[in-house]
Amino acid sequence: MRRAEIRRNWLLATPALILLLAAASGPLLIAVVYSVLEPGDYSGVVWKLSGEGWFRVLFNRDIFDDTVSLADAHLTIFWRSASLSLMTTFFTLLLGFPTAYFIATRPLRQRMLWLFLVTIPFWTNLLIRTFAIMEVIRNEGIANSTLMALGLIDAPIQMLYTDASVLAGMVYVYLPLMVLPLYASLDRLDFRLVEAAYDLYASRIAVLRRVIIPLVKPGIVAGSILVFIPSLGAYVTPRVLGGGKNMMISNLIELQFGEGRNWPLGAALSITLLAFVMVALIFYVRNMAGEQRNG
Amino acid sequence: MAEGTHRRFSVRRMPGFTSIAMLTFAMLYGPIVILVIYAFNAGESVALWEGFSLRWFVTAWDNTQVQEATFRSLIVAGAASLTATVLATMAALGTTRTRPYPGSLVIYALINQPLMVPEIVTAVALLIVFAMIKIATGYSGLIFLIAAHAAFCVPFAYLPIRARLEGMNLDYETAAADLYAPPWQVFRRVTLPLMAPGIVAGAMLAFVISLDDVVITEFVKSAGQDTLPTYMLGQLRRMVTPEVNAISTALLGVTVVLLTAFFVLNRQRR
Amino acid sequence: MSFKTLRHGLLGGAIAALAMVSAAGTASAAGELNIYNWGNYTNPELIEKFAKAYDVKVTLTDYDSNTTALTKVKAGGHGFDIVVPSANYVPIFVKEGLLLESRPDQMENFKNVDPQWVDVPWDPGRKYTAPWQWGTTGVAVNTSAYAGDPNTAAIFLDPPAELVGKVNVVPEMNDVIGIAIMYVGGEPCTEDKAVLRKVRDTLMAAKPKWQSMDYGMTEKMSNNDVMASVNWNGSTFRIRLNNPKVVYGYPKEGYVVWMDSVAVLKDAKNVENAKLFQNFIMDPENAALISAFARYANGINGSEAYMPEDMKTAPEIVVPAEFKAAGKFLPTCSKEARDLYTAIWTELRK
Repeated sequence: MRRAEIRRNWLLATPALILLLAAASGPLLIAVVYSVLEPGDYSGVVWKLSGEGWFRVLFNRDIFDDTVSLADAHLTIFWRSASLSLMTTFFTLLLGFPTAYFIATRPLRQRMLWLFLVTIPFWTNLLIRTFAIMEVIRNEGIANSTLMALGLIDAPIQMLYTDASVLAGMVYVYLPLMVLPLYASLDRLDFRLVEAAYDLYASRIAVLRRVIIPLVKPGIVAGSILVFIPSLGAYVTPRVLGGGKNMMISNLIELQFGEGRNWPLGAALSITLLAFVMVALIFYVRNMAGEQRNG
Repeated sequence: MAEGTHRRFSVRRMPGFTSIAMLTFAMLYGPIVILVIYAFNAGESVALWEGFSLRWFVTAWDNTQVQEATFRSLIVAGAASLTATVLATMAALGTTRTRPYPGSLVIYALINQPLMVPEIVTAVALLIVFAMIKIATGYSGLIFLIAAHAAFCVPFAYLPIRARLEGMNLDYETAAADLYAPPWQVFRRVTLPLMAPGIVAGAMLAFVISLDDVVITEFVKSAGQDTLPTYMLGQLRRMVTPEVNAISTALLGVTVVLLTAFFVLNRQRR
Repeated sequence: MSFKTLRHGLLGGAIAALAMVSAAGTASAAGELNIYNWGNYTNPELIEKFAKAYDVKVTLTDYDSNTTALTKVKAGGHGFDIVVPSANYVPIFVKEGLLLESRPDQMENFKNVDPQWVDVPWDPGRKYTAPWQWGTTGVAVNTSAYAGDPNTAAIFLDPPAELVGKVNVVPEMNDVIGIAIMYVGGEPCTEDKAVLRKVRDTLMAAKPKWQSMDYGMTEKMSNNDVMASVNWNGSTFRIRLNNPKVVYGYPKEGYVVWMDSVAVLKDAKNVENAKLFQNFIMDPENAALISAFARYANGINGSEAYMPEDMKTAPEIVVPAEFKAAGKFLPTCSKEARDLYTAIWTELRK
């Protein structure tokens, strides 16, 4: 590639990088520094080097007998968040793909309207939206009353505070993050290619799998990233719909910055999460790009 | 497009997709209907129906704090999503449709970085940096909030635009350039319209993400800079009243009217 | 779809937004007061009355936790004049040098403060803070599910069979662990490991019997979604008005008494107005306005006369004499104690 092109690319990215360095990545350096200091008496840090924050990410010094063991509480919480995010990504894709496909196959002048219809519910506040979901699924709520009125069940089913209700809530909240990038990619799908495949007697499934999905892969990648990573940090929905007995990774980090008043541990936990996600992301993007080139 | 619709066999149709899409839309609007219903609750709760009343609309109408918070949310979300979309579009142009170049992975990682750090960490870090600037300059306007929001909105705008650009056909641009169109003209008349759906999708996402942000706003805001979500968060521990339902319902109403007007006007012009 | 129209719309919006942003930065500085208080806690009528009486423009900004308020005030550059921390946070604010010694004890209306709220442990003699509201953290029980004695922390620490799977615990680390410590016979903020081991074991054994750890009990107990909960007195009072079967229990093993107090910040720009506000809220009629809104008692003598009728005799608000002794303030815990609590709390909610 020519030098001029590289320079042009960097120039185009520079304004975004400046903003991010000033208001996102730059301040993050503070977190890196804090992670190797000692917690202050009431909040913040004192300027004394300490590896305790990092040590406590992975190891737990028993508060009663001082024995050191693997911090299974942290690992359990981390795993809970990761698996919930994976499931959320899967189900948003399952619902979001047909929805985006539907929008992309509307007549040109209708598409914008359908897109707005996807986002308008999200112009209302997340909390009251979550409360509204709760109102549907509580014991005396609309779902149970309807089922009972239809005679399908005799007693209310416990839906609130179950894993299924958390998952449903998460899928609801993160759906537009999947639909919009998918739409952006499906919208330019060249149906002549699809037609050619049908002419060659491909089945619908085969067309979907072999033609459409490979063509919209960038959209699937973008949507999955936009759902998976933010849902790792979700806590309002799991707490309200799941009852909050079990923490998510962001609750744990917030506890350290809040009532726990252990900023170094909170910072170290966050950087661990960042490193994990960064590696997974780069691996995922490279993998997808590689497949695209070979396939 | 036309040949597909004439035949009985449509190449665009995927069996079941329309039903799933309709189900999705029903799912999206179910809770919204309930939210709107509770805006008319006579009782004090968002979950206990006590009869019809307009009292929360009156309360919200009288409460300047909540009104200002609503306007502030819209201003911040508008300004932040606009900034983020412009910057993300440029960055996407600089990072797609090109082979990897020195630093391209770094740019990609930096742009997506705000996604990967729990909000509370960014919030505390921003609080400390911005507080120093606020003390030094004595200025504490909304710009700080907008900058913070714009920064975390960048990846949400960037990814859909990038997805659109990736593998976008270069033929038209090459053709335009071959016809001696200046680069700016090529960009304005060819590239930009082709990118438009991605840009619109990205801008919508950025807007919605900014509108819902709580944690970063809570830490960055100065005196008198509550947004609707931070106003709600403050209520959470005591009691959430249908006041915000009323505000949201009014907002939804305005949105629907504006959108309808927009589409009707647009249709007449054609 | 025309993107041109959209573009024009966006541009117009941006210009309007910029205009409003620059306007927001240049409000006049004369006669202002910036209050930083818990959300949904300040009666708009009180603010209006103060603004009219002293011709001051009052701006109210919300926070959701003591730690958020502390972190923001400590960072500086926030523009607030007044903050309303809880009792166990006032000493932290003072030690960090964040509060102004505004001497409410020398103010005109100080004579109205109930003597029991003058020499308080977090601010002896009231040199920094004026009382805002106080309340208790106990348990709320729906008697249709459980008719036994509600005045015990066993409601959530060793739930009776009728309440298994129907109990909620509010996710407030200090309150919950404080009550649990008193339940096993210790003192809040203890570092005694034998006591804390009992606390952890009790909590871990009780957790499987809980339904949830969530806020919002005013709704959920009003409509029978939850049958018992660790809860605040004012919230329980509201629940009882909706659902008369719900009673408030004062755990005899010990329950938490808390008070939020109004303090002036050291870097306040409107010190005089802030002091006027401290004096203003110690007036019985104004204090009654505070209570009428958030439904907690205020510690000002004579305010009862102006309070809503239903609050004057409510057993949730007026602590019955027999339970008075079991109420304890949470002190400000040491760093070591706090580390132990966080570890137990993490273990409990892993």
